[in-house]
Amino acid sequence: MGTTATASPRAGRTNAPKHAPSRMFRLWAAILGALPKLFWTCLSIAFFAGIWEFLWYIGWADPRLLPPPHIFLGNFAEQAQFFNTAERWTIGVDASAGPSPTMAVLLTIMATILRVLAGLLLATVASLMLGIAIRYWAPVEKLVLPTVTLLAPVSPVAWLPVAIFLFGIGNKPAVFMVFVALFFTMVLATISQIDSVNRNYINVGRIMGATRRQIFLRVILPAILPGLLVVLRLNLFGAWMVVLIAEATGVGYGLGQVIMMARNTFNPGLVFFTIVIIGVIGSVFDFTLRAVQARVLYWVPKGQASMGGG
Amino acid sequence: MGIAMTSSAVSCRDVGKTWAAGSPRAHEALRGVDLDVAPGEFVCLLGPSGCGKSTLLYLIAGLEKLTSGAILAHGQTVNGPAPERSLIFQEAALLPWLSVWQNVTFGLSLHGVSTEERRQVAREVLARAGLSEAFDKRPDELSGGMRQRVSVARAMAMRPRVLLMDEPFAALDVQTRAKMQGFLLDVWHATGASVMFVTHHIDEAVALADRVAVFTARPGRIKAVIDVDLPRPRDVEAPEAMALRRELTGLLRDEVDRAFAEQEALTSAN
Ligand SMILES: Nc1ncnc2c1ncn2[C@@H]1O[C@H](COP(=O)(O)OP(=O)(O)OP(=O)(O)O)[C@@H](O)[C@H]1O
Ligand SMILES: [Mg+2]
Repeated sequence: MGTTATASPRAGRTNAPKHAPSRMFRLWAAILGALPKLFWTCLSIAFFAGIWEFLWYIGWADPRLLPPPHIFLGNFAEQAQFFNTAERWTIGVDASAGPSPTMAVLLTIMATILRVLAGLLLATVASLMLGIAIRYWAPVEKLVLPTVTLLAPVSPVAWLPVAIFLFGIGNKPAVFMVFVALFFTMVLATISQIDSVNRNYINVGRIMGATRRQIFLRVILPAILPGLLVVLRLNLFGAWMVVLIAEATGVGYGLGQVIMMARNTFNPGLVFFTIVIIGVIGSVFDFTLRAVQARVLYWVPKGQASMGGG
Repeated sequence: MGIAMTSSAVSCRDVGKTWAAGSPRAHEALRGVDLDVAPGEFVCLLGPSGCGKSTLLYLIAGLEKLTSGAILAHGQTVNGPAPERSLIFQEAALLPWLSVWQNVTFGLSLHGVSTEERRQVAREVLARAGLSEAFDKRPDELSGGMRQRVSVARAMAMRPRVLLMDEPFAALDVQTRAKMQGFLLDVWHATGASVMFVTHHIDEAVALADRVAVFTARPGRIKAVIDVDLPRPRDVEAPEAMALRRELTGLLRDEVDRAFAEQEALTSAN
């Protein structure tokens, strides 16, 4: 719905050929501008990995407790055998018959990512709808808002038993955990975003003869989108945290389950291997959301998007 | 009387407005305002800050409900906003996610007018506003004066019969404001709309208005309505204009003093 309002202006501008060179230029400028940042990121990682390797080299870091990167990243097949075990370690199935090591790692990563995405999608849609209902119908606000406000500061980890009572094991409790981690905060964010919409934008709509529905779809929704995306990004890390916890309680397979298994089998190399994977995926997620933000919210001045939180 | 009422573009009858009426925070903004604006007439509203000028425009636009009295527009009781009564704010209030032409035809798009027709209307209106170049730009790529012209263009695209303007040029520098006044007078001549224009600048009122309504301090009432019988285009340095300016300054000074005294009393009470 929001895209109908936002997609058309871009279409309008791509029709004008005179904007093409400036856009190419902006792309290159963005890439060049990102290079120093990328350089420092690599340097920073290399710096700490280097310290670690050095400590191992002089014998201070015990490789059985703190194996340095070249060890836990070095033997991919060795680590990969612990991934996607639910499918490959089933009784009566030859362990080597399962997917290749790379596939096993990818399947595990995908399982976790899909749970995060499912929870993300459900929480976004549900919180947007509830936030709107609260702002549009006073009885809903009176009935629902106090409870939402009460539950918002509760750590999502506290919901873990509830997730297991309700859904047992499997995908559902993990998705539920992500949902809970995002939902309450995002309801409150939606409300505060709606409240902070410039009154005159709404007045303009009313003067032009917009219906309530049109005011919502054409004015309020595009106006609150920037703030909501920021909130979503901030809460994404929380969602990643809880999905790992949920998976650690025996969902079948997933990154959290691998970490739990590594703990139980005392395999620090596997722990660090998984941490690296999680770190990389988390950054990719954040980067993607930023890119979405920049594309969908082309009208928000740079810098404002990151400040205007809930 | 009945005939006079229906022939007015805007007719305020004993209008009163109390914000948050009935609550402890009740706040009387307007009391017993009577004002008639003839079709095609240009009326400026002048008064001390906080006397309820904006409030009156919001009531006429139908954005707020009145507490007492009645407002008629072309003989019809106002009980909600309508495209034929357009309000222009001090800030341009352009929707930042729409390009200039889409902003200008936002109202038309709400009523299902086709894209082709809307682009046509936008081209015409923007050309008149001297903004053909800005057609595809985004609002944040424009200067303050250009934005305000777009917001006037946006109002014009709806072909309003009444144009309500709340200090539309207050944020602009002197030269830009003079240009915008010329632009507004062109629009006014071309469309034959009635204009109600709030301003703090006595010069602006003398340059633009057929009549100037001076408000008292809050609760706002109309203290005096002064005819500006100067030929157009106006020479604001002419002796008659100077005399008029002096008269308006005198009328306003007492009310501004009273408004300040009241506000000081309020702040020292807190
Ligand atoms: N939405 C509102 N709710 C409550 N009180 C309001 C509201 N809008 C205005 N008021 C009050 O009504 C009075 C008149 O306000 P208004 O904005 O109409 O004054 P004004 O004449 O336009 O002043 P200015 O010249 O400074 O713009 C003020 O005392 C103001 O505090
Ligand atoms: Mg005002």
